[in-house]
Amino acid sequence: MSGAVTIRSALAVRPTARTLISRHAPWVAVAAAFAVLPLMFRSGTALTMMSLMGISIIFALSYNVLLGQTGMLSFGHAVYFGLGAYFAVHFMNAVATDGTPAPLPVVPLVGGLGGLVFAIAFGWVSTRRSGTAFAMISLGLAELVGSSALILRSFFGGEEGVTTDRTRLQQLFGLSFGQQIEVYYLIAAWCLLCMFLMYRFTRTPLGRMCNAVRDNAERAQFVGYNPQAVRFLAFCVSGFFAGVAGGLAAIHFEIANSAYFSATQSGNVLLATFIGGSGYFFGPIIGAVLVSYLQVMLSDVTEIWQLYFGLLFIVMVMFAPQGIAGLLMMHRPLWGKRKLAKVVAAYAIALPPALIMLAGAALSIEMTYRLSVKAAEGPGMTFFAVSFATDRALPWLTAALLMVGGFVLFRLTWPVIAAAWASAELRKEWAR
Amino acid sequence: MLELIIISTLNGVQYGMLLFLMASGLTLIFSMMGVLNFAHASFYMLGAFLGFQVTRWVGFWPALVVAPAAVGVIGALVERYGLRNVHRHGHVPELLFTFGLAYVIEEVVQMIWGKAPVDFRVPALLDFPAFTVFATNYPAYKLFMLLISISIFIALFVVLTRTRIGLIIQAALTHPHMVAHLGHNVPLVFMSVFGAGSALAAVAGVIAGPALVTQSNMAGLLGPILFVVVVVGGLGSLSGAFAASLLIGLVQTFAVSVNASMADIFGFMHFAPKAGSILGDLWTVTLAQIAPILPYLLLVMVLILKPTGLWGTRER
Repeated sequence: MSGAVTIRSALAVRPTARTLISRHAPWVAVAAAFAVLPLMFRSGTALTMMSLMGISIIFALSYNVLLGQTGMLSFGHAVYFGLGAYFAVHFMNAVATDGTPAPLPVVPLVGGLGGLVFAIAFGWVSTRRSGTAFAMISLGLAELVGSSALILRSFFGGEEGVTTDRTRLQQLFGLSFGQQIEVYYLIAAWCLLCMFLMYRFTRTPLGRMCNAVRDNAERAQFVGYNPQAVRFLAFCVSGFFAGVAGGLAAIHFEIANSAYFSATQSGNVLLATFIGGSGYFFGPIIGAVLVSYLQVMLSDVTEIWQLYFGLLFIVMVMFAPQGIAGLLMMHRPLWGKRKLAKVVAAYAIALPPALIMLAGAALSIEMTYRLSVKAAEGPGMTFFAVSFATDRALPWLTAALLMVGGFVLFRLTWPVIAAAWASAELRKEWAR
Repeated sequence: MLELIIISTLNGVQYGMLLFLMASGLTLIFSMMGVLNFAHASFYMLGAFLGFQVTRWVGFWPALVVAPAAVGVIGALVERYGLRNVHRHGHVPELLFTFGLAYVIEEVVQMIWGKAPVDFRVPALLDFPAFTVFATNYPAYKLFMLLISISIFIALFVVLTRTRIGLIIQAALTHPHMVAHLGHNVPLVFMSVFGAGSALAAVAGVIAGPALVTQSNMAGLLGPILFVVVVVGGLGSLSGAFAASLLIGLVQTFAVSVNASMADIFGFMHFAPKAGSILGDLWTVTLAQIAPILPYLLLVMVLILKPTGLWGTRER
């Protein structure tokens, strides 16, 4: 998203073979990774998780067209995801019934168009405002659609939703999509395509105007662009790709129900995008992969994983609003100057106290949970393979000691990290 | 019919005043700091649950004071150690911070009190019918809720317009730097207003808890309606929030009590769309069924006709 890239690409009138390779190498690498991953992780759970990751990557990237690129905070992005899913399901059912030769791989496109149509309708209303008002309107519209889904039963199927069967469609090259691996490759292909298209979109004049409207809508207006129109177009693009993600989800789960519209769904995509880092194109990808992974893994470990998830989000907002991608990019100059090892060594010193502090916090949260909601199951619990009774003072003292002691030690390591950064002597090299 | 109108008006005004109890704090905080506190409804929920807990320990009347005070302190701490630090990152992270806070508060409430509704009862002192309109008994507790909301509304009005503190707050809304130059501690004013706003939401929670259901999803149910109120009224406008609260309170209670559908109204025309189609669904759905979505329809309509909200002037 830096201006330097545009200038360079404008200067290079005819790209040399070298620039061509460096421009396309990341895409080839991603495609290769998508192709090889299912060969490395063969289990059914891994395949399902990777399919879900692919869907949430598209969804999070589409969300970032609003949040990161245009600076619009939406609390109702799941609306377009859900409508995409419903359109896809109804399309699949209709095609399967009357035998129209439409293969499964085009279904996400139908979902995308469904998302687009409603993004045009709702975007026309909501993009008249920006900032906080836009955020609140998106929330209101999400509630409106979510509640309407329970009223318009013939289309939304009420509480139980609408089911479908993906294998009943016209088969292309003998692919029935009965197996998860086939669905995975379909999702991977669409994911790659959408990633590429959305990346290219950030490089178009409209994509650049989105950044201008985000940074200063008034100035964008002075240059002769209508910020409202730019916001509207960005909203439509975002709605389309959210619909594609919804269509893929409909193929994956073979059902569309009102949970697709839920506030949780809208909240999760916001969390994923922000934790990943909304300021960089690859941020939401990191966020989507991480959040999908955490959702599955953390829910196995603890029942109150959502609390940890929310706390992680708050910590990110307070201390690293640029997200994981921002934190990574912060270290890039160090890599170039070969000073990264020094800083990483300082981090390694700070890590154990930080982990001790977190363990203490997690212990006290888990003990509170055990004593309140789980009171009926008795005070005994197990934490990291240690069993104890939560109604005694000792575990609580231990938790307090871990937390306070961990924090004090952690605080002591801060100067070490600061010294490591100072020794790297980063200066902004303008004169180069 | 007259009975229905009287009862619905009473209920509507009472619900609207309850909404305003929250919307007032939300609006004051918004016009002061420019951040719409997403966790405002969570403070309401926290008030209800703390009220329930304190009621269990010492009784309802102390709870009416203790729970809002506790939530007020929590709110002040959130402003001092959370929001103030996030402020330098800009408005979007501020809004996201309160969003994360709402998420965490809901999880904490679920962690401590569980997902099922808790048994928060109307105090015995107020558990009798206040008066009877035609055949309907009007519960004294609802009258009590109305009374509390109205007295807080009047107190708020007096404090804001007639006292020195109110003057400083009003000045800090528009000219925080000038107020600071005059020697007032503006960050402290911000913190107090945030705390007081949270406490007002908690009062609403304590008095609404026994009447409505005290459950961990009550913030999620009420929050969006609260935001509709402040957007429809015009962001940052206290009088707009008041009008919109009453409007939405009345619209929702009247809609719930009217059990008519398009089929009933236009039935004499002998026209009926096919059942099972979208039009058929719309034709047979009753007004009571669509009552929950009416505030959002109102929001969309207001935005089309007057994008700044009914009383709003500024674009923020």
